[in-house]
Amino acid sequence: MAEIRLEGVAHSYDGGKTYALNPITMTWEDGKAYALLGPSGCGKTTLLNIISGLLKPSEGKVFIDGKDVTDVITDNRNIAQVFQFPVLYDTMSVRKNLEFPLKNRKVSREKITERVNEIAELLGIENDLDSKPSKLRSDLQQIVSLGRGLVREDVSAILFDEPLTVIDQNFKWTLRNRLKRLHVATGVTVVYVTHDQTEALTFADEVLVMDKGSLVQAGTAESLFLEPQHEFVGYFIGSPGMNFLDVEAKSSLLTHNGKEIGKAAKAGLNGSHRFGVRPEFLIPSTKSGLEFKVDRIEDRGVFKLVHLSNDDFKFIAKTEESYEAEVGGKATFSFDPKRAFVYDVNQMAVSTVSPSSEGGN
Amino acid sequence: MDAKRKNNKAWFLVLPVVFVVAFTAIIPLMAVANYSLQDIQGADNRIFVGLDFFKRVATDPNIQDAFARNLTLSMQVLLIQIPLGIFLARLMPKSGWKASAALVVVAIPLIIPWNVVGTTWRIFTRSDIGLGGVLVNKFTDYNLSESTFDAWVTILVMDTWHWTPLVTLLVYAGLRSIPQAYYQAAAIDGASAMAVFRFVELPKLKRVLMIALLLRFMDSFMMYTEPFVVTGGGPGSSTQTLSILLTTIAIGQFDIGVAGAFSLMYFLFIQIFSFLFFTVLTLDERPGATKVTPKDKRKLREEKEEKPVNSKLKKVLK
Repeated sequence: MAEIRLEGVAHSYDGGKTYALNPITMTWEDGKAYALLGPSGCGKTTLLNIISGLLKPSEGKVFIDGKDVTDVITDNRNIAQVFQFPVLYDTMSVRKNLEFPLKNRKVSREKITERVNEIAELLGIENDLDSKPSKLRSDLQQIVSLGRGLVREDVSAILFDEPLTVIDQNFKWTLRNRLKRLHVATGVTVVYVTHDQTEALTFADEVLVMDKGSLVQAGTAESLFLEPQHEFVGYFIGSPGMNFLDVEAKSSLLTHNGKEIGKAAKAGLNGSHRFGVRPEFLIPSTKSGLEFKVDRIEDRGVFKLVHLSNDDFKFIAKTEESYEAEVGGKATFSFDPKRAFVYDVNQMAVSTVSPSSEGGN
Repeated sequence: MDAKRKNNKAWFLVLPVVFVVAFTAIIPLMAVANYSLQDIQGADNRIFVGLDFFKRVATDPNIQDAFARNLTLSMQVLLIQIPLGIFLARLMPKSGWKASAALVVVAIPLIIPWNVVGTTWRIFTRSDIGLGGVLVNKFTDYNLSESTFDAWVTILVMDTWHWTPLVTLLVYAGLRSIPQAYYQAAAIDGASAMAVFRFVELPKLKRVLMIALLLRFMDSFMMYTEPFVVTGGGPGSSTQTLSILLTTIAIGQFDIGVAGAFSLMYFLFIQIFSFLFFTVLTLDERPGATKVTPKDKRKLREEKEEKPVNSKLKKVLK
């Protein structure tokens, strides 16, 4: 059980030419489940390896429970890590696999037996203890690799590095459920790396979205969805992602090629910006709003995806199943003033946007 | 669905290979079998002797000695070259230009023709002008044409120099194919360097090591050119391998019947030995090859009937 704190942690694999991980300062609270979400190559695994000590950060410090562990080797950090595929010692039985970390730490024989039985029971693998890991199903193998981390009594945190990658589709969610229950049962801090948003959003208390080596937003699933503070969050989370449009701001009035889009809530906004609204918050309107041509309607059963086009941009709206419109015809859409945002050149949200009263065209 | 008409014409594609193999292997081997069963005095004069030549080969003290000698040599070769090969492979750089450079350096002995290796070592080990010979003579008396021990050690060192790189390259390739995560997991588990080797590397290297063992056994058991050039099998018959003795019998003494029987037994021994070797080493990888006692069977059945995981899974699904 521990609190992990990162202070200005950054990493470069090529001696400072490019950074795989830009400086990050943050605290991982004790007992919470975190998800690191981001596309491949965004620095998730690098960050994970820094926490577990497999990688020494080029800059910054790592603290576990207030103790500086930057130079402490993995072996002494009491961190369990589960990898993309089950990592097991093939020549050992499941029991021997679980005993291995304790044997290496010279724990007494009775204590080892006790711990192994405890953990096996917790994980539900008590009947497989004497088989060879290769005889088990892949999700159970992954459970055994996790068990090797948990068997140590003083585990500070469990790190999962995309643990469901090689798991058979059918067992993915049962394994995820098991991991979730395990987190509840043990109360250990969990960091879960994934590029799958459903996985992240269902598993974690807090989701950290990463892009190009930087942490772009941290928050609950809800806040990431409703208030994307960074363009990348809008684009990466949600399906389909946010609609974006280049706009010019003049005293907070946003226009695109002379067409008025809306007015930013923040006063005195000028220059190039980007306007963003999620498909969910583009609302069919009869009175005012932006006028589009309906290109295509995708009926997804419980909702509809309406593909809209204006002169030189396209939006997608997610509407209720009851929405009807003629393909090729015109349709007017407005947006929720609390859920539409304007982003600055650094892709950061600067203000919400309310629709103009008189509409676009 | 109607049955598809069977077309077996694809067999014709195998014909060229059958033809080639017939001429390169089967027909020559049959000729050897032919010689081994009859005593051929002249073109029209041959007597069928059955297994006489085989009995003679099996009881010939010279051949028995050579067999024991060659087997000892092969075992020593394996005992030295396999551990040494693994050791070297673990020392080699993992990536970058250093890895490429190391690979080239290591591979050099492998691309030198046998005869050249023999000749090089013959000159190298001469106690009057050879670099190695003169050097060793500064510390201890060394003369491979007089001392059977010196000759034996020279052959062993030469073969180690020539062929350890093969083991090294195989093991190196095997090591590179172990995913990094295994090392990381071992680090998290607090495994010592020895434990990493024993429980991570060795099990993953099993396949390549088996290939290395088989290749080195077969090659060393058939060793001919290098000892022939360096020592000529001497002094006496102390470095005479089975191949050298066979050549002497077949070409030197032109005793084709004995040589034929000898060849076949030689060939069969290597085949059987390699087969047993392979079978024993891959025993646990075969499905159903593990020993199953009635007790285990009962346990397996019980597990099938009620697997706790499955019952839990059902609960979750509900």
